[in-house]
Amino acid sequence: MKRNPLSIVLVALLAISAAPCAEAADAPLPDEIKFNRDIRPILSDRCFACHGPDANKRKAKLRLDTEDGVFKKLDSGAIVTPGKPEASELWKRIISSDEEERMPLAKIGSSFLKPLSDREKALVKRWIEQGAKWEGHWAYITPVKPPVPDMSGLDGVAKDFIRNPIDHFVLRKHREQNLRPTKEADRRTLIRRLSFDIRGLPPTAAEADAFAKDTSPDAYEKLVDRLLADKHFGERMAVYWLDLVRYADSAGYHSDNERNVWLYRDYVINAFNNNKRFDVFTKEQFAGDLLPDADWEQKIASGYNRLLNTTEEGGAQAKEYTAKYLADRVRNASTVWLGATMGCCECHDHKYDPLPQKDFYSLGAFFADVQETPVGRQGQTPVVTPEHQAKIAELDAKIADVNKRMSDASASLAAAQKTWEAELSKKVEGGTRSDMAWVADRDVPKGATKDGTWDYISKEQGPTRDARASRKQEAGELVQHFVIGAKEMIDVGKGDVFFAYIYLDPKNPPKQVMLQFNDGSWEHRAWWGGDHIPFGGNGTNGVNHRKLGDLPKAGQWVRLEVQLSDVGLSDKSKINGMAFTQWGGLAYWADAGVNRDGLGLPEAVVKALQKEVGKRSDKEREAIASHYRSIAPQLEPLRNELKSLAAQREAVNKALPTTLITTATSPRTVRLLPRGNWLDDSGEVMSPQVPSAYGELKAAEGKRLSRLDLSNWLVSKENPVVARVFVNRLWKLFYGEGLVRTLEDFGSQGDWPTHPELLDWLAMEFVDSGFDVKHMIRLMATAGTYRQSSDATPQAMQRDLFNHWLARQGRFRLSAEFIRDNALAVSGLLTSEIGGPSVKPYQPRGYWQHLNFPKREWQNDKGSDQYRRGLYTWWQRSFLQPSLLAFDASSREEAVCARPRSNTPLQALAMLNDPTYVEASRAFAQGIMKDGGKSPVDRLAYAFDQALQRKPSSDESKVLLAMYEKHRAQYAADAAAAAALLKEGDKPADASLDAAELAAWSSVSRVILNLHESITRE
Amino acid sequence: MSMQELLRDDIARRTFLRRSGLSVGSMALASLLNQSPARGADGAKPQAAGVVNPLHHKAKIKRVIWLYMAGGPSHLETLDYKPKLAEMNGKPMPESLTKGQPIAQLQGKALTCLGPQHGFKKYGKSGQEICEIFPKVGEIADDLCIIRSLHTEAINHDPAHTFMNTGSSVPGRPAMGSWLWYGLGSECDDLPGFIVLTSSGGGQDQPIAQRQWHSGFLPSRFQGVEFRSKGDPVLYVSRPGGVSNEQQNDVVSAISELNRLHNAKVNDPEITTRISQYEMAFKMQTSVPELMDLSQEPKEMLEMYGAKPGDGSFASNCLLARRMAQRGVRFIQLYHRGWDHHGGIKGAIQGVAGRVDQASAALVTDLKRRGMLDETLVVWGGEFGRTPMAQGNGRDHHMKAMSMWLCGGGIKGGMTYGATDDFGYNPVENVTHINDLHATILHLLGIDHGKLTYRFQGRDFRLTDIAGEVIKPILA
Repeated sequence: MKRNPLSIVLVALLAISAAPCAEAADAPLPDEIKFNRDIRPILSDRCFACHGPDANKRKAKLRLDTEDGVFKKLDSGAIVTPGKPEASELWKRIISSDEEERMPLAKIGSSFLKPLSDREKALVKRWIEQGAKWEGHWAYITPVKPPVPDMSGLDGVAKDFIRNPIDHFVLRKHREQNLRPTKEADRRTLIRRLSFDIRGLPPTAAEADAFAKDTSPDAYEKLVDRLLADKHFGERMAVYWLDLVRYADSAGYHSDNERNVWLYRDYVINAFNNNKRFDVFTKEQFAGDLLPDADWEQKIASGYNRLLNTTEEGGAQAKEYTAKYLADRVRNASTVWLGATMGCCECHDHKYDPLPQKDFYSLGAFFADVQETPVGRQGQTPVVTPEHQAKIAELDAKIADVNKRMSDASASLAAAQKTWEAELSKKVEGGTRSDMAWVADRDVPKGATKDGTWDYISKEQGPTRDARASRKQEAGELVQHFVIGAKEMIDVGKGDVFFAYIYLDPKNPPKQVMLQFNDGSWEHRAWWGGDHIPFGGNGTNGVNHRKLGDLPKAGQWVRLEVQLSDVGLSDKSKINGMAFTQWGGLAYWADAGVNRDGLGLPEAVVKALQKEVGKRSDKEREAIASHYRSIAPQLEPLRNELKSLAAQREAVNKALPTTLITTATSPRTVRLLPRGNWLDDSGEVMSPQVPSAYGELKAAEGKRLSRLDLSNWLVSKENPVVARVFVNRLWKLFYGEGLVRTLEDFGSQGDWPTHPELLDWLAMEFVDSGFDVKHMIRLMATAGTYRQSSDATPQAMQRDLFNHWLARQGRFRLSAEFIRDNALAVSGLLTSEIGGPSVKPYQPRGYWQHLNFPKREWQNDKGSDQYRRGLYTWWQRSFLQPSLLAFDASSREEAVCARPRSNTPLQALAMLNDPTYVEASRAFAQGIMKDGGKSPVDRLAYAFDQALQRKPSSDESKVLLAMYEKHRAQYAADAAAAAALLKEGDKPADASLDAAELAAWSSVSRVILNLHESITRE
Repeated sequence: MSMQELLRDDIARRTFLRRSGLSVGSMALASLLNQSPARGADGAKPQAAGVVNPLHHKAKIKRVIWLYMAGGPSHLETLDYKPKLAEMNGKPMPESLTKGQPIAQLQGKALTCLGPQHGFKKYGKSGQEICEIFPKVGEIADDLCIIRSLHTEAINHDPAHTFMNTGSSVPGRPAMGSWLWYGLGSECDDLPGFIVLTSSGGGQDQPIAQRQWHSGFLPSRFQGVEFRSKGDPVLYVSRPGGVSNEQQNDVVSAISELNRLHNAKVNDPEITTRISQYEMAFKMQTSVPELMDLSQEPKEMLEMYGAKPGDGSFASNCLLARRMAQRGVRFIQLYHRGWDHHGGIKGAIQGVAGRVDQASAALVTDLKRRGMLDETLVVWGGEFGRTPMAQGNGRDHHMKAMSMWLCGGGIKGGMTYGATDDFGYNPVENVTHINDLHATILHLLGIDHGKLTYRFQGRDFRLTDIAGEVIKPILA
């Protein structure tokens, strides 16, 4: 019998009114009213906007979100008098017949409020009658591990069903709701479910077969363990985590230019694969750079703080964007770790939750030390991997050797040098060089923007060299001041030498000082002292990180000099910015600029030449000799060798992968912005602090709380919410929905947990296990609850349409990335390599036409990079790869806790016509023809086994074989059409196969890959 | 109760259901809400109703065509005539106006006045003042309502577009077209309810992001779909090479048949939806190319718009917009990039005006002749205005004042509403905000802007955020 699909829909619809959900309009009232479950949602939704946490909008000085407020005494009685609705103002106002009196008011401003339904009124009344027991909001109460209810003695159902503690909690709810568990799913469904849930890939036919045949009692548990050990587990988890932290390959705003953070993505994959403790995972992301002796992995993890949307738009104001970035970070951290909707607090106190506006800015103040460019390209940090380290050492040794050979050669050059010297000495008599100060006294070049700490002092306040002022700079660690964007640029000439004067405080000298020059990029750095400042990458030596000597002598003015070649600049460079950076200590900075002459000689050489030959010091003689070596014709071969080595050295530097990491600098001042207005400086200055609803951190005397303090607090045992938020999201991955369905909102307006005790038990189990993620997944995936079938009988739908009570498994469409992965895996095209730079699968040409500054065109990757898993796709925020976008992949601009699971015609178009799927169908067809036997029936059976791990039914076979025969005949008659179909995609079709046959099997494969069943986790 | 009524009834219960989290990702209901406009089994009219059902009040219009002049057209050379500014040309801008105000690329520069670079004329019986570089728009002056007192809250392109489209500069909220599709449903069964077309030319092409037509937190099926003039008009709408229409139909039919067979076992309403979406996709493979093919339009029609089939111009897009309107598309948005005139505004704005003037007017005239203007609203304007202060020989971004024209059903023609000061710096009379504009457009469609809400993160969100008032004086 053919079932009319409509009838099923009707059943589903009609079932809604009968669903035993807490709020169905005609559901019976619970015997015992619970404030948090039954009353708080009503008060929150209808009353809190005017009588809640927002002090500025509070009407009649009444608040109903606190116990004091609810039981406040009035002249006329009390807001709520326990046991007596008629003596409770709350009740009187709700039922008042006077429209002016009745609450809630129908309309406030332009917003409408719904009146209470009869059922809601009855709930409030019964709550007051039963004594109006108050409860604090569940999410702010630190969880205590509840005892596991013993449900084992019940009956046969329980015996078959219960596999671990989770099932006891679930079964108790079944009993309350008068439900029974659904039977266990068959083995084929179980392995598909586990494989998609744990690694985001389908099982192979062989894996499914082996599992079906494994008769050992722990076959299932062994399978779970094997999948958890699979290297693809980390990729699956990363797909979810990257949505939360809004990981992308582009900056977001306006020109949406490229950025490199894929090392962070790989960090996430590896963290899950290595089962990194979640507390460590948290700390490394917030504060990896602040951990003692932070290694590269931890610094890469700290890239979390840099994942936000940034702008490069000309005309954007730094102050405005600095405010936007703070807000972005607060929204993300509070959503991801606290399940709190703090976004509204940017402008005002939260309307529903006890989150005052100041908490938004005090949470933001934790991030005030994150070094970044408010408007412009973010500085990438090169990462020195061990292989690169070895190569660098080898080249440096070779360079040192050539340099030595050059200086040894000086003796043999003496005569030639003498002639050259004599000629030059005449020219430089009297001196031809002079200093051109670019940053001097209180002046900066025209058009330049000053940033960082510009603390001018006068003669009376400290050393100023011979000027009216110098710039005092003092810090515990990294600090800098700089100019950028100068219109009056240094037009660099041959022989120019940069200089800057510095005075180090003898009592508190910096550990390192650095000069940086900007010719469009800051990758030109010279430094003196220890290697602390992370710019340019610690441990590297190149033009973007050149050590020029030890710290200058303290207690006197010292002239720092930088040759063009030291920092990779040439006479073609134009300098628009200069930065003065130091690591800790106290220093004074004075004139800086360029020294030049018409002869193209370094200043030291000129000075030395001006002296009589006999009066020159060793140093001066060497300066002359060294310069001569750089031009002596005899040394040409050695110089070439050096040049080639230097080029190789630069190439290594350039090949270093780069990423965005967090570097702490002196914290910016963070003010509370009234109404969120960044132009308003009247708000109070905020220090870092955690939101008051969750607790309070004490800073050590005289110390400022850091990102590390924040992350330590998040994963402390006292934190009431972080473990709950995380296990709830894990639950969603393995059951389809959270125990709290609003994964992003654990506040008053969020959903009450369906299984509060189970949620708390899981949260505490997570903490007790040492934040062991795989342990939690193992628990969830081996529970009897998980192993149920997801088939829903009409009766089951009627009883619990939305599956709140878990008397069956969830059934849902795969995530965008896994739909791609499935097609590639089934067809055998998948490249299973882990990590690396993002890749570009097929994308229709012209899709990026609206991007500008610069204009760009997407280039499809060739070879194996074309067939990588979806999560490695280049993530362009403003134009996400359209095939992923169609399946609800998030653009990664804001945290996404649960993607929508839509079902649209654009999805059908993508799966039917995107060359990815057409090519996969052909590759699949080739496999079917080669390995699937000879007869069409055998081949079809093989195809189903590969793609769905089951046999086709006779009805299915009939449909597909008929289409196969028809298309084979058509393609046999139209060779051009067959050839055209086989040409789709980069991989050439197997020429040894009959083209018509292959085209026809491609049609069959297309059907199979497009099936709802193929893209559904059942 | 018919299927449609049942669906509508259910959608009305949505807010209630969300309260208890019932609808968050709950597949069955989500599926029903996302029900495609495919023909119901009872043969009912193929039309998906929206959540506003019945309408809050009688609608004046059925659809909106938004001619979006992206980049920030100068109000001072389009719709806001400032003779005093001409007198002040080259003189310093009064500091009382500019002090402490946000400014974009003119940060830290001396601020001098730049007089209007083109003359204005009075057009039509109403004598509306319009810049003379828009002679064709001048001819329809008596149908236009010009608003001169509009202002926005964002000074850079990206956030300003976001503000104009979503009523907020915080990313992640639904675009207006998505709200309308969600609220009113669609009137056609083989095209999306929210279509975007783009063209460029006449100035620097500022980038524009897909988020400008994103459905935000609304179900993603309400996302705007971009129709392109080059390549596939809709992404992936073309069949693979070597697959005939018949073969494609075979594939789609087989998919649906196997899905039906599977559903008989597993009882999943999501599969029913999947089947109808494949049907819709298959139809689009015919309907979209047919829609985009202008070659059948009469020569006079092409000439009236100044369109050449397949040229991707604003003119062709206007003609396509009319064809979409005829087919019942709810919200049609035409971006023309090229209005960001930081320098050389005199020549540049004349150039870009030349690219949009004729077609904008032709669209209005064409709709009027067909009797469709009464049920359509045409909006013309950009994301912000430009400074009265010179930036060299151009103008910088300006968020305090901008101009727009509206035309069509329910709108008073031949009127100018609101005014800016003598410099065109601040609106001083009948000040209007983007939220007011949105409230007014929703009003014309039969929607009370305070009532079209969607619950997300515990809050009922609206297109007009927490503000917005219908601009009553401009209503017919």
